[in-house]
Amino acid sequence: MKILVCISHVPDTTSKIQFTADGKSLDSTGIQFVINPYDEFALTRALWFKEKLGGSVTVVNVGKANTEPTLRKALAIGADDAIRIDAEPTDGYAVAEELHSLISLEKYDLVLMGRESIDYNGTQVPGMVSALLDWPFINACVGMEVENGIATCIREIDGGKETVKASLPLVVAGQKGLVEEKDLRIPNMRGIMTARTKPLKVVPSVSTIVATQAVQYEKPAGKQACKMVSSDNVKALVDLLHNEAKAI
Amino acid sequence: MSVVVYTENWEGKFKKASFEAVSYAARTAAQMGTEVIAVVIGGCSDDLSVLGSYGANHVLHYSNSSLDHFNPKSYASVLIDAVNSNSAHGVVLSGSFNGKAIGPLLAVGLKAALITNVSSLPESTAPLRVKRGAFSSKGYVVYESKQEKFVLSIVPNGIGVVEVSVSSNIELKGGFSAPSNSERVSVDMARGAIPLPEAEIVVSGGRGLKGPENWNMVEDLASVLGAGTACSKPVSDMHWRPHSEHVGQTGIAINPNLYIAIGISGAIQHLAGVSNSKTIVVINSDPEAPFFKAADYGIVGDAFDIVPKLTAALKEFKAQN
Ligand SMILES: Cc1cc2nc3c(=O)[nH]c(=O)nc-3n(C[C@H](O)[C@H](O)[C@H](O)COP(=O)(O)OP(=O)(O)OC[C@H]3O[C@@H](n4cnc5c(N)ncnc54)[C@H](O)[C@@H]3O)c2cc1C
Ligand SMILES: Nc1ncnc2c1ncn2[C@@H]1O[C@H](COP(=O)(O)O)[C@@H](O)[C@H]1O
Repeated sequence: MKILVCISHVPDTTSKIQFTADGKSLDSTGIQFVINPYDEFALTRALWFKEKLGGSVTVVNVGKANTEPTLRKALAIGADDAIRIDAEPTDGYAVAEELHSLISLEKYDLVLMGRESIDYNGTQVPGMVSALLDWPFINACVGMEVENGIATCIREIDGGKETVKASLPLVVAGQKGLVEEKDLRIPNMRGIMTARTKPLKVVPSVSTIVATQAVQYEKPAGKQACKMVSSDNVKALVDLLHNEAKAI
Repeated sequence: MSVVVYTENWEGKFKKASFEAVSYAARTAAQMGTEVIAVVIGGCSDDLSVLGSYGANHVLHYSNSSLDHFNPKSYASVLIDAVNSNSAHGVVLSGSFNGKAIGPLLAVGLKAALITNVSSLPESTAPLRVKRGAFSSKGYVVYESKQEKFVLSIVPNGIGVVEVSVSSNIELKGGFSAPSNSERVSVDMARGAIPLPEAEIVVSGGRGLKGPENWNMVEDLASVLGAGTACSKPVSDMHWRPHSEHVGQTGIAINPNLYIAIGISGAIQHLAGVSNSKTIVVINSDPEAPFFKAADYGIVGDAFDIVPKLTAALKEFKAQN
């Protein structure tokens, strides 16, 4: 199986998010960027498929040169090669078009992505890529097997799970469950050493679409101080929730 | 011109979030000086005229055997048809798991601007500008559409409904043949559970509860409140609770009216998924737990002592009210 894993380069989950004083962009001072956590599940599953069924795992990112350490990390985890499509990923539609063009040329059997990027929480790119390719799309995937060119996937739905079948090639947007947390691969010393010599190809941008533009960034309003209630008087909490917060 | 809204139903019953989507579409359409077309797909046993109470002027009911189950491609093709045949400005839908599956397909099918995670009404409609949540609750970004059409996916439980009284005309579209490229094998619903994104009250437990055997306490409290149950990430990683209950940056993001966190420390990744809750109550034995800084009400103490007392006090309150 020829597998493509799409990797989004995002602020580490512990980052304090700040915006520039004019509110026009993210202030990335001091922020450490990592592989989008959802994409780690996709990458580990892809490596597992490769080991079981043969084939190759390519990772791709749409981004500028500053994302290359993130791609190198994916190589250290075990991907065979990496591609960077040289474009600023400001709009989900544009990113999807870049990926669509690559996938049309390279004929992958399976495209694995994450459910969403934890920076802009777009939940856009995987579905858009599937629509541009006219391939089946499974979102919020929590389990997947492939047999004789047919994928059986479990996807999360509101209040439960749905099992879906579709033929390859297809696009899957995964999350925890695709593999277990404890089975996530992390780079080892040998991986880090070999990653330096694995191919990382840079290809030019092709998309011209702009569907949306971010015009203003804002922080959420701060919280008021927490009201403490004595552990001997839980009734007081019930009163507050009813009369003050109007929550019950 | 008009605004199309997708009204999701589950086994023939409208989801609460569908009414919210209709209400959002009605308020957006009013800003644009146009009407709302609600689209119902598949068999629906609920009375469709209820959609008028949230502002639907027209209801299009697409129903035939190819539309019995949710399918991203076929359901998206129905909505694309509804937009194109009515020259609509765009589509509003709720950001449920199914809504999230079809939003991007609609955007491509309509060459539209997709704005997801929307948490307030548009700031302007020409051009369309709307605020959305980003950075896992750590910020908001106002987006502007650069396309003629839009697809807005709204956060369930985020904006609420305004009831109105519009009498809507209902039209059955039986003959639409919907293409699909995947097939449902089975569904497995968690029994009796309230789906998290829709729950108005959520009771959540963390590692402080020591083990899965202690979740009765959480469930008892949830049942008095008619609440959904949730948990922190380590709790689902250790399989004390199912994955589907894991809330936070890498789980489900929720914004209920009331979130009660028991034995959860309040790590930044946890807060990222719950800090938009309208009221937050924290019960923790450590007065220094970071969660208190993000809470509205707090009790310092042992959960094993406090939670049963709280459940009893709420039972008494419910009996009187
Ligand atoms: C990439 C990444 C993503 C992550 N995503 C998420 C996410 O989406 N969601 C999430 O929840 N976490 C996430 N985490 C994990 C997060 O950092 C914390 O480790 C986790 O939230 C802690 O869970 P907890 O509060 O249940 O456990 P702990 O941090 O162990 O806290 C237990 C709390 O219980 C209290 N306690 C103990 N005994 C009692 C008692 N008897 N009564 C009352 N209180 C008691 C303690 O004082 C403590 O505050 C993520 C981490 C990483 C690195
Ligand atoms: N710039 C990007 N480069 C490569 N893949 C991306 C990029 N942005 C998003 N993706 C993929 O799409 C998934 C969902 O992202 P999003 O639609 O931005 O929430 C991510 O988990 C990645 O797999």
